[in-house]
Amino acid sequence: MIQLEQVTKTYPKASRPSLDNVSVAIEKGEFVFFIGPSGSGKSTIIKMLLHEVAPSKGRIIVNGKDVTSMRSWKRPAFRRSIGCVFQDFRLLPNRTAYENVAFALEVIGKTKAVARRVVPEVLELVGLGGKEHRYPQELSGGEQQRVAVARAFVNRPLILLADEPTGNLDPDTSIEIMRLLDRINRTGTTVVMVTHDSNIVNQMRRRVIEIESGRIVRDQARGVYG
Amino acid sequence: MRLKYVLSEVMVGLWRNVTMTIAMIITMAVSLTMLGASGLIYVKVAEMKELYFENIEVSIFLETEVTEEQKTAIQAELDADPLIESVTYVNKEEAYEVFEEMFRDSPDLLSAIDPEVLPESYRLKLVNPQEYEAIGEQYAEIEGVDQVVDKSSVLDKIFKLFAAGQNIALVAAIAMAVAALLLVANTIQVAAYSKRREVAVMKLVGASNWFIQAPFVLEAVVAGLIGSLLGLGALAGLKVFLFDDALSALQGLFAPVSWGEVLLAFPLMAAVGGLISAITAWVTLRFYLRV
Repeated sequence: MIQLEQVTKTYPKASRPSLDNVSVAIEKGEFVFFIGPSGSGKSTIIKMLLHEVAPSKGRIIVNGKDVTSMRSWKRPAFRRSIGCVFQDFRLLPNRTAYENVAFALEVIGKTKAVARRVVPEVLELVGLGGKEHRYPQELSGGEQQRVAVARAFVNRPLILLADEPTGNLDPDTSIEIMRLLDRINRTGTTVVMVTHDSNIVNQMRRRVIEIESGRIVRDQARGVYG
Repeated sequence: MRLKYVLSEVMVGLWRNVTMTIAMIITMAVSLTMLGASGLIYVKVAEMKELYFENIEVSIFLETEVTEEQKTAIQAELDADPLIESVTYVNKEEAYEVFEEMFRDSPDLLSAIDPEVLPESYRLKLVNPQEYEAIGEQYAEIEGVDQVVDKSSVLDKIFKLFAAGQNIALVAAIAMAVAALLLVANTIQVAAYSKRREVAVMKLVGASNWFIQAPFVLEAVVAGLIGSLLGLGALAGLKVFLFDDALSALQGLFAPVSWGEVLLAFPLMAAVGGLISAITAWVTLRFYLRV
């Protein structure tokens, strides 16, 4: 599903590469943690998988498509097969939970009728049934992240990327979000999560890839934070 | 649905930043008015050139002490010339009548002139009026001819005046267009900034580039088109108050400006206004949104 082949990324003016000759293969339906200290290159991987930055060297294949050579005008169609969740939620403050999720559908050309059918369903799935018409500032952090997850998942993407999704949440709420991601993973969606929340990694017991100074130092099938 | 979304975004966008929108529209309108006016002058001048040069007359003035033999010789030569359609002889009395008519407001001048000092002349109508210069050269050297006069030098002066007017209008149009262009770029940047969250989400979930850009580009195009409509109004005002009213005394000199011609300037103005806006907005977005 996701393949990094000897990927190196050097940002201009950086003394050493963010990623140094990294090779990883992630199968369909896997749940993978990328862990490591700040600046280790974890987030660069997410950006590359989104076709936001290009590797300096190497090849990235996502969903059978070579992202490295993909033209930028193909990026929108490519992004539709990937859901994405961030630490800062990135919700639109002037839209309700329902409207935030529906917006993601409508801007890729789905009709309002489709949104009316699908959005309540996915909000129910993330546990926000009954709160569809609240605005983000009327929701707790955990609930806002649920809206973000709903928005990422409403298109039924093959891959869900999560960049420190629990970074702004307290431990209990974090666990709830992880349960949600786990549930989404069980529907067959590949989940790639970048985090440095040791608690969560230890509880989940999923594949852990540890990165330090741009290199993979550990790749464990049912790992802990270490 | 998507069209409705785009259109409502355009309206919201124009309204959100209404002072800037108005500045943009006014600048655009002035620029396009100048452009339209210069286009009108161009068309008019071409029309008038044709009219004037088609009817250009050449006059051959004779020396005051011309002899009868010389006159007969000239007359014979003129009659035989295939380039000349017709010849009218103007004697001293007729010349004085013309002179009287021209200077009827200056009786002092009239009384000072004796009909005897006015030269006799031949007025020529040419087969092909464009050849007036050749005729001038041919007859200037003949004995008894004082000078050959055509109206081309006067006409040239008039047309130079028109060309200058047209150039001034064009320069003003370009200067205002640059201002309009900068205002469009600025407006679009502000619009893109105020919608940065929406744009970020749209890029993230894979909205197509045209869908992200269309509201901004259309916002600029709508402003450009409103500007061109105002410009059309200004041109109509120019026609009514300047050409039909203030300059109506010069009706014989100017070819009148018709409503059809004013309306014909509109597609030019709308196309230029719309296109400038669209291209500016699009280029601005490419730098600003990196889509």
